[in-house]
Amino acid sequence: MAIEVRDVSKSFGSTPVLKDVSVDITSGSLTALLGPSGGGKSTLLRVIAGLETPDAGTVTISGVDATRLSPQRRNVGFVFQHYAAFKHMSVFRNVAFGLEIRKRPKAEIRKRVDELLQLVHLEQFRDRYPAQLSGGQRQRMALARALAVEPEVLLLDEPFGALDAQVRKELRTWLRRLHDEVHVTTVFVTHDQEEAMDVSDSIVVLADGQVQQAGTPQQLYDEPASPFVMSFLGPVTRLDGRLVRPHDIDIATSPEPGTVEATVNRIVHLGFEVRVELQARSAAEDPEDVWVQVTRGTAEGLRLRTGDTVHLRAIPSALSLTV
Amino acid sequence: MAKWILRLVALAYLLFLLILPIGLIGWRTFADGLAPVIESLTSEEALHAMRVTVEVAIWAVVLNTVFGVGAAILLVRREFPGKRLLNALIDLPLAVSPVVVGLALILAYGKYSTVGGWLETAGIQVIFSVPGMVLATVFVSLPLVVRAIVPVLEQMGDDQEQAARTLGAGGWATFRRITVPGIRGALGYGIVLCLARALGEYGAVAVVSGKIVGETQTLTLFVEERYLNYEVLTAFAAASLLALVAVATLLITRVLRPKEGN
Repeated sequence: MAIEVRDVSKSFGSTPVLKDVSVDITSGSLTALLGPSGGGKSTLLRVIAGLETPDAGTVTISGVDATRLSPQRRNVGFVFQHYAAFKHMSVFRNVAFGLEIRKRPKAEIRKRVDELLQLVHLEQFRDRYPAQLSGGQRQRMALARALAVEPEVLLLDEPFGALDAQVRKELRTWLRRLHDEVHVTTVFVTHDQEEAMDVSDSIVVLADGQVQQAGTPQQLYDEPASPFVMSFLGPVTRLDGRLVRPHDIDIATSPEPGTVEATVNRIVHLGFEVRVELQARSAAEDPEDVWVQVTRGTAEGLRLRTGDTVHLRAIPSALSLTV
Repeated sequence: MAKWILRLVALAYLLFLLILPIGLIGWRTFADGLAPVIESLTSEEALHAMRVTVEVAIWAVVLNTVFGVGAAILLVRREFPGKRLLNALIDLPLAVSPVVVGLALILAYGKYSTVGGWLETAGIQVIFSVPGMVLATVFVSLPLVVRAIVPVLEQMGDDQEQAARTLGAGGWATFRRITVPGIRGALGYGIVLCLARALGEYGAVAVVSGKIVGETQTLTLFVEERYLNYEVLTAFAAASLLALVAVATLLITRVLRPKEGN
């Protein structure tokens, strides 16, 4: 294990932020800490980095108990959401900082920094200042700076949170490729499930200061441990008192065993996908709002109109959880 | 029309308040040419007064810089009981009259006080001597460095410092390589402001120095003493020098003042 977090608790004032959290991060993995804001994921990352001290519990990095070690002795790379670029230093000096602190020979520093700048595609910006870079470039610089000291683990706190959607997507593909090249154990915090599923090879879902579930993206999607995890990992809706994914519902024009009658309220065309909003009336339950995701072809085949009465049923292979 | 009247009023106000008096000093000083000015400023007492002024000012600036940076970091970066009290106390010297400061220092460190008596037996004379003058000057210029740095430290945030820590920098290296360059402009501004205040301080220093000519006389005290002794030209020459230094520091602060949106 590269990182072992054991029974860590942390409160800010009287507000508990982490409650008995235990997490294992395998060497060489790319792990996402996923959860809603205020769930404790950034705090957990900062505890691993040594930027926060836990009230209880231990943090082990590469087999060494790091709980009481100061951040500068942990040999972790940390990338902040807002880059934390050293504003008064050029890109080159920013990346060289950790090596200069370690008093490495000048020639070695120059060689290493040039390699890293090439890796993050900033070689032609080496003499610029952070103020002259775009957000995405600054974040790549911050990444190179963190990698320069060859950290045992790389920690990224919502690394793409401050960037616009386009750059965000580019950077996360790029991070994935970088990780395949560099193989450093990486943990990143995100509240975006798509980002977590896209980039990571394991996900830890954190909410209310507790680990809700940990596993591969596939495991979490196929076997969510709770309605919370299921609803956090993708769109869900309720049908007949159960939590179902909206693409796992069949619309039929005539009643069949196990179907629930529903009225079409609204049909939204989102290009290839069509979103049908309905009100269902099952025998046992009060009327409930349901939405179903179908392809354009299916919607056209059913000739759906607002006000139509249809019959809904979860498909046999559907995953559903009782709420 | 109203615009022109407003401008005229503002200009006239400044003319009578600032430009006329200071201009007159300059004019009276150089009325008989440069030679008498140089002569009066190179007398032994004048040179001594300058040395005392510079000595006191340098000590005050050094002490206030060290204290100011420390206090600003404490106020912005740390949480501790009594923080609001410290914050309020730092502004106290702005509210208290320098004369009161001087008297308070005599009460605390004079020959007949407990602390003063104890220091006296240890061979350190505070009141009527340079240490007391430094104390008085430090007191009156205490908030200047702190108040210059605090907003810049707040705006800078602690991200960069934390990044430096994770990259292996210890507390001192982080301070020297990240914090100081980050507040450099504001720090320079605060130091120059403090220097200007220290060079021009009169009230508190007048009380604690005892105004001993050739010993504890600063340049401001020298001006007063010569003026009262009808050596008007000497007084004016020294006053011009003080005004000149003030203008120079003002210009430096113009350059150093943290620019908006920077």
